[in-house]
Amino acid sequence: MRWGNILSIEFNALADAAGGLALRVSLFITCYNDTLFPETGKSVVKVLERLGHTVEFPAGQTCCGQMHYNTGYQAEAMPLVQRFVDQFRDAEAVVVPSSSCVTMMKDHYPKMAEEIGDAKLMADVDALLPRVFEFSEFLTRRLGLEDVGAYYPHRVTYHASCHGLRNLGLGDGPQRLLRAVRGIELVDLEGLEQCCGFGGTFAVKNADVSSAMLAEKTTAVLNTGAEVCTACDNSCLMHIQGGLHRQRAGVKTVHLAEILAGEETVRR
Amino acid sequence: MSGVALDPKTAAAFPIAARTALGDTQMRKNVRHATEVIQAKRARVVAEMPDWQQLREAGKQIRQHTMEHLDYYLQEFEANCTRAGGVVHWARDAEEARRIVVELVKASGSDEVIKIKSMTTEEIQLNAALERAGVHAYETDLAELIIQLGEDQPSHIVVPALHKNRQQIREIFKRRMNLPELGETPQDLADAARMFLREKFLRVKTGVSGANFLIAETGGVCIVESEGNGRMCLTLPETLITIAGIDKVVPRFEDLEVLLQLLPRSATGERMNPYNSIWTGVREGDGPQTFHVVLMDNARTEILADKDGRNTLNCIRCGACLNVCPVYRQTGGQAYGSVYAGPIGAILTPQLQEMHHAESLPFASSLCGACYEVCPVKINIPEVLIHLRGKVVQQKTAGVSGLFDVEAVAMKAMGMIFKSERRFRAAQRLGRMSETPLVRKDGQGVGWISWLPGMLGGWTQVRDLQEMPKETFRDWWEKRGKHGK
Amino acid sequence: MGSEAITAISASARAEVLRRIRLAKGGTSDANAARTGWSNVVRQYRRETAQAASATLEMFEDRLRDYDAHVERVVPAEVAGAVAKMIAGRGKRRMVIPSGLPAEWLPPGLEFVVDDGMSAVELDAFDGVMTGSTVAIAETGTVVLQNAAGQGRRAITLVPDYHLCVVNAADVVETVPEAMERLRATSGLATTFFSGPSATADIEMTRIKGVHGPRHLDVVLMT
Repeated sequence: MRWGNILSIEFNALADAAGGLALRVSLFITCYNDTLFPETGKSVVKVLERLGHTVEFPAGQTCCGQMHYNTGYQAEAMPLVQRFVDQFRDAEAVVVPSSSCVTMMKDHYPKMAEEIGDAKLMADVDALLPRVFEFSEFLTRRLGLEDVGAYYPHRVTYHASCHGLRNLGLGDGPQRLLRAVRGIELVDLEGLEQCCGFGGTFAVKNADVSSAMLAEKTTAVLNTGAEVCTACDNSCLMHIQGGLHRQRAGVKTVHLAEILAGEETVRR
Repeated sequence: MSGVALDPKTAAAFPIAARTALGDTQMRKNVRHATEVIQAKRARVVAEMPDWQQLREAGKQIRQHTMEHLDYYLQEFEANCTRAGGVVHWARDAEEARRIVVELVKASGSDEVIKIKSMTTEEIQLNAALERAGVHAYETDLAELIIQLGEDQPSHIVVPALHKNRQQIREIFKRRMNLPELGETPQDLADAARMFLREKFLRVKTGVSGANFLIAETGGVCIVESEGNGRMCLTLPETLITIAGIDKVVPRFEDLEVLLQLLPRSATGERMNPYNSIWTGVREGDGPQTFHVVLMDNARTEILADKDGRNTLNCIRCGACLNVCPVYRQTGGQAYGSVYAGPIGAILTPQLQEMHHAESLPFASSLCGACYEVCPVKINIPEVLIHLRGKVVQQKTAGVSGLFDVEAVAMKAMGMIFKSERRFRAAQRLGRMSETPLVRKDGQGVGWISWLPGMLGGWTQVRDLQEMPKETFRDWWEKRGKHGK
Repeated sequence: MGSEAITAISASARAEVLRRIRLAKGGTSDANAARTGWSNVVRQYRRETAQAASATLEMFEDRLRDYDAHVERVVPAEVAGAVAKMIAGRGKRRMVIPSGLPAEWLPPGLEFVVDDGMSAVELDAFDGVMTGSTVAIAETGTVVLQNAAGQGRRAITLVPDYHLCVVNAADVVETVPEAMERLRATSGLATTFFSGPSATADIEMTRIKGVHGPRHLDVVLMT
């Protein structure tokens, strides 16, 4: 029997054990993952399907509005609340591979709907938000999983993105998922909880300070001797990767989903 | 470091001031060291409290409740303080507060005052006003003394001289106290300050202080300190003048049971700071026989009027948000161009300026949320920052000039794009095309951008950007649908 | 500008500031509204002790030693002896005391001078001060003094360089809220909380004991 088959049986069992009948999962890829990090989306699909769930992709989705909202252009972000609700209203679960976009929705959508003054929208937002999950959160909290059957034979360090850590309270969920990955060597990052300095338009508006923060982060990453730095948020990773590549450091950044999607190639 | 007062009206924008600060490697080292030590101490004494979160919640509610009834509690404080022999004055703004204090000092018959560290007096630049009136003010807090003798400016609301190390402090003291043989251990330096100030404590007849809390129920004033200089200033002089923002009032004596637990642990990482003083008006034979309180607005009512900004007034000035802030860690406090630095400064300063100055400060944050996590009265600083960014953008985009603001035009265009997936896809294709001239392949055949134009150039100062993939996720998803999994 | 001028400024500023506040929050508050709002504040923190009195005393001693204070626990008859030992141990002789300090606490052979409103300079000439106390807080290692018999006015515990304080074990509580509860009735008196000797961490965050207040502290805990 092939390794993959054994694994897939194991996974279905795991999913069932977690009380999970197969779920219909709606993927909100987010605008920047869609454009810049399609591999992350593909990996989310792969992991969820491997666990026996069905993935849907509502085609009308665009952006959560975070960049506008956090930069002071709240008016431009307002219509995106209605758009998100329209696209995902009927979802059984919405999975988002970005902790900052989930934070945007959970922390600000209710208030935005209130400000728009649309009672229906407010009710819709309240009804929908409990079904919205950051990707790792979906695995650990909604499905109750740690081992998703991944294989990733690399030395990896994990950066806790601020919004995942503080706003979503992901805690050590992502690390528990990583520890269960076969072949992985997980090494602790010093100053794990310290911001990498991205902060959206902050990196451009306060480029010098952002660079100084990034320098501390890349030094910490290099000190681990890891080949790969991972996180639940590609925005932080894009920032860290930008700094590491400029230094020609040779360390890659990879979204958590891509690690969890890793599989052992079939042995002959 | 400059002897020019930190004034948001004339200060450089944060990104520019920060660039200068980042070049001062010694200062950055001092700030990193100090903030790391305080953070660790705070973490230890907070962790030992089983009810810390309940205390934070109560602290938040007490402060919120106070603001809801601020008019009542200020009048109650005034009545009780007056009954106990104090004299209460009111000031609309800094100018009025300065005039009142200067006049009161003159009336006390003294041309010198001893001062307790007070951010409120820094906010209104009281010392300069006193000097102009021929009154010399002696700062008596060790850190404030270092700042005053070094003709420097504060960089932290609790530990104002944390940007200086012992060698730098020794140089200042050697020169200004005329002590050529002064040693450089912190003990030597503290002893020198004790000697230098002792004579002033015993001689000067007028004291000036801020206040940590004004107790409405009793008319009492509470000051929290470490060195005993505060007790000297508020016990030994004949006249004491206390100046406080109207936000400093608390309803009842009992409320101190919460605030006196939250403040020391958050501020200096101590279970309790060495001294808390509470005094009520004047008491014959104990302390100053003339006591004035100046209650100052100075734009605090403006903040109160903004329902999304008013939580700023709940601040009890512990400085925990500065210590934990990754931006402050890099720049220190003076880059904020205000005596209120760090995350709380980034929301307080522009509001105290009624959004006419310091508009760059709400953007001086990566919104990492570390400040909110440690705030003892749960001020959601990131949320207020975002709110103030909205106000700044509104000001900027109002009128004709907004039509030509590059950022505003780009943001509005992107707002239009996100309103339709068709436009979004077109923009994705357009982005890929327009970046092509900037992309250079590396050894592995991966394309990278190392230079970006205009304001985006901030990114490529120290970072590369990987080229956009040939296929977006949604392109892949559609193809996959067509060809099956 | 004279004092009439500042009175005029203050009066108009008072009216204006109160008007602005009411405008800002949309209405005038009164005693009833304030009382109701205040009683709705949720207070789920610890307000009473959860441990035995002996544990509280041990905690208090432990926290005091953390501040480098000397602590001795004695029965009432032994207070004078402990006081003699501590003062001798510090090499002190001439102590100022407030009126109302129990005479049986004072050992013979040392000089105790009752404060009669001495000047700061006169106080500065003493080796130390000895007082009683109102309340003490174990969790924070704090002693609270008020202007009362046996504790005196604030200056006497401030200017001399050494403070010897007698704390009655019955006055030691575990938490800050318990202490505030006990202080409520006399909250109008000048009150000083001290937690260890004066200190600063203004230079490189290094804690230095003793700046302007007493640099040395001893406590006799009377059980």
